[in-house]
Amino acid sequence: MESTGCYDKDLNLEATELRLGLPGTDQTEPTTNKRSIHQTKEEDQEGGSKVASSKAQIVGWPPVRSFRKNSVQPKKNKAGTEAEASGIYVKVSMDGAPYLRKINLNSYNGYDQLLVAVQSMFRITIGRHSEREGYGGSEHAPTYEDKDGDWMLVGDVPWEMFTRTCKRLRIMKGSEARGLGCGV
Amino acid sequence: MNYFPDEVIEHVFHFVESNKDRNSISLVCKLWYRIERFSRLRVFVGNCYAISPERVFARFPFMKSLFLKGKPHFADFNLVPDDWGGFLYPWIEYMARNKVNLEELRLKRMIVTDDSLELIAASFANFKSLVLVSCEGFTTDGLAAIAANCRFLRELDLQENEIEDHRGQWINCFPECHTSLVALNFACLRGDINLAALERLVARSPNLKSLRLNQAVPLETFHRILVRAPQLVELGVGSFVNDPESEINDKLTSALQKCQSMRSLSGFFEVTLSCMSAIYPVCENLISLNLSYAPEIPGNELIKIIQHCRKLQKLWVLDCIGDKGLKVVADSCKELQELRVFPFDPHGVRNGAVTEEGLVAVASGCLKLNSLLYFCQQMTNEALITVARKCPNFIRFRLCILNPTKPDAATMQPLDEGFGAIVQSCKGLRRLSMSGLLTDRVFHYIGSFAENLEMLSVAFAGDSDAGMLYVLNGCKKLSKLEIRDSPFGNVALLMDVRKYETMRSLWMSSCEVTMGGCRTLAKMMPRLNVEVINDSGDLDKHGDDNQVVNKLFVYRTLVGPRKDAPDFVWTL
Repeated sequence: MESTGCYDKDLNLEATELRLGLPGTDQTEPTTNKRSIHQTKEEDQEGGSKVASSKAQIVGWPPVRSFRKNSVQPKKNKAGTEAEASGIYVKVSMDGAPYLRKINLNSYNGYDQLLVAVQSMFRITIGRHSEREGYGGSEHAPTYEDKDGDWMLVGDVPWEMFTRTCKRLRIMKGSEARGLGCGV
Repeated sequence: MNYFPDEVIEHVFHFVESNKDRNSISLVCKLWYRIERFSRLRVFVGNCYAISPERVFARFPFMKSLFLKGKPHFADFNLVPDDWGGFLYPWIEYMARNKVNLEELRLKRMIVTDDSLELIAASFANFKSLVLVSCEGFTTDGLAAIAANCRFLRELDLQENEIEDHRGQWINCFPECHTSLVALNFACLRGDINLAALERLVARSPNLKSLRLNQAVPLETFHRILVRAPQLVELGVGSFVNDPESEINDKLTSALQKCQSMRSLSGFFEVTLSCMSAIYPVCENLISLNLSYAPEIPGNELIKIIQHCRKLQKLWVLDCIGDKGLKVVADSCKELQELRVFPFDPHGVRNGAVTEEGLVAVASGCLKLNSLLYFCQQMTNEALITVARKCPNFIRFRLCILNPTKPDAATMQPLDEGFGAIVQSCKGLRRLSMSGLLTDRVFHYIGSFAENLEMLSVAFAGDSDAGMLYVLNGCKKLSKLEIRDSPFGNVALLMDVRKYETMRSLWMSSCEVTMGGCRTLAKMMPRLNVEVINDSGDLDKHGDDNQVVNKLFVYRTLVGPRKDAPDFVWTL
């Protein structure tokens, strides 16, 4: 097996691209496939992100049936379907604030962490959730729009169900909020 | 046997079920050939273009069951263009016209249309079983025709098909009286289903043993179905989402406890984790568990489930189980024979969550393991050598390292020695897929030791033609060879052309064969179809011999070039 030698260190995507045809017809070496493979190996030793980019260019790899790829993948775009890496970003608006914010629901373990973050983001106090009184005593009530389009009080349903069904958040203020605080 | 009347010989043949054995029997003498062909009821055609319907039914006139395969295996990974071929219709049309008494049809990777399904429904009065795996081209309207007209239907099993879901009422179309349904699997349908009709169907199907629901079936319906059908042996759960405070959970637990016959579980497309404990009592008797479509179940919950599955023989999971989870499998599932670990996030930043450690753990703990499909982040020779030593009974060994040319993670060497150990130790190995950094040496091992190998899948491997030649020369039982992105060219292709008539098929893509090599092969071997697939449009059909052929599919056939090839497929 030939030694790795000194290969081009910068991210020469064209040379490492694993295309369907022979890579690089301008290369003079007969075993052009082999060269691209070794460069890929070199990349892999350098770091994860480069591997990901050359991986993404290979048609039909990894060899997972398209049906399975289409089934397990697109769910990532639906709110709250998996517990791992990618985020569930929802808009957060507060009555009276000049612009909206966006948060990643996946970065919180539960309501406590979410409310701490929201309170800090908007510099407000919301207080604790109680089944009977909602956020009684607070000027603000955190609400969310669910899959059915209804505005619900944050905190009533289990966290997973919330992340799955929440489309956007709205911090209600003033009299509207106090109305919600009476737990209707 | 020479002195027995034909009827006695036929009666003896009746007990021979394996088609391989029947094929051998047919070769003994003309008499046995004749008797065997009249007694064969189940016909298997591994490549629908190797033979025509006319010749199949001429030889086996009393055939009742047909298993047809269409596209080459790499079609699963988008390497074969959609309209390459594999059409069912001509087969159905012939059988309908010639009044074949078809009862069972099993298809893999074929293009099935609503017309075909409607023709089946209209033509075969005793039709009992339809099993479609990785097929496409049809809609729920076709299913409605089957449901409505096949009065004796026992089995409708749809596995991983691309079905256009018209959200119609196909489930309503089953006959109103008691049905003979034993197995119904519509898990791959993506649309909504009429839940009330589904419940009524289950209620009037007393023989139902296997039911696999799709994602659109919610927990409440699932619970009612369980209450109606506690006799179920195989169950695919749809959506397992519920409010954990709800009283349904207790009801569900008690309904599940009554399902004493339950042996196989799958589905769980969406879950509420805190409700999962309801299934633990069922786990104790499970022999098959498929959670590979359950991305919402994280590793630690998978561990809890698996700890209960002491009798498990088949396990399909996502790699979020982790090496840690596989160690639990090794400790808990001593009867395990088949393991498949799929990548949760094939193109993500995370390169896969299992490594060689998980595999070694399972091989060390599950000594009956004989079938493996393992997508992992990395592998080492040492691990493979250990696995080979502990599990010499592998029949299927398919390893996919997510970075296809990655070397041994510890030594940076190629993985030749590891795979070499596998083929040397596992004398019964019939199917092998390899990945990682591999040189010609691994092929030398395969050619030398893999005596029973029938199917080999190669990707990004080898250094020269010698690699491919080792395999073609050494593996006497080789039936299917599929190669992608490897440096094999005309020399390897043409060294032993007669070999291909002993095999079902050869696939080569992104290798170094040229038009000249393919033309030579076609000329020398008229009983092979040498198909050049020019879907990229790069090749000139009448052009230079030196043009490199991107996709080549060679297969033996008794009926010459096929007439339904699209214009980018050239049979030379």
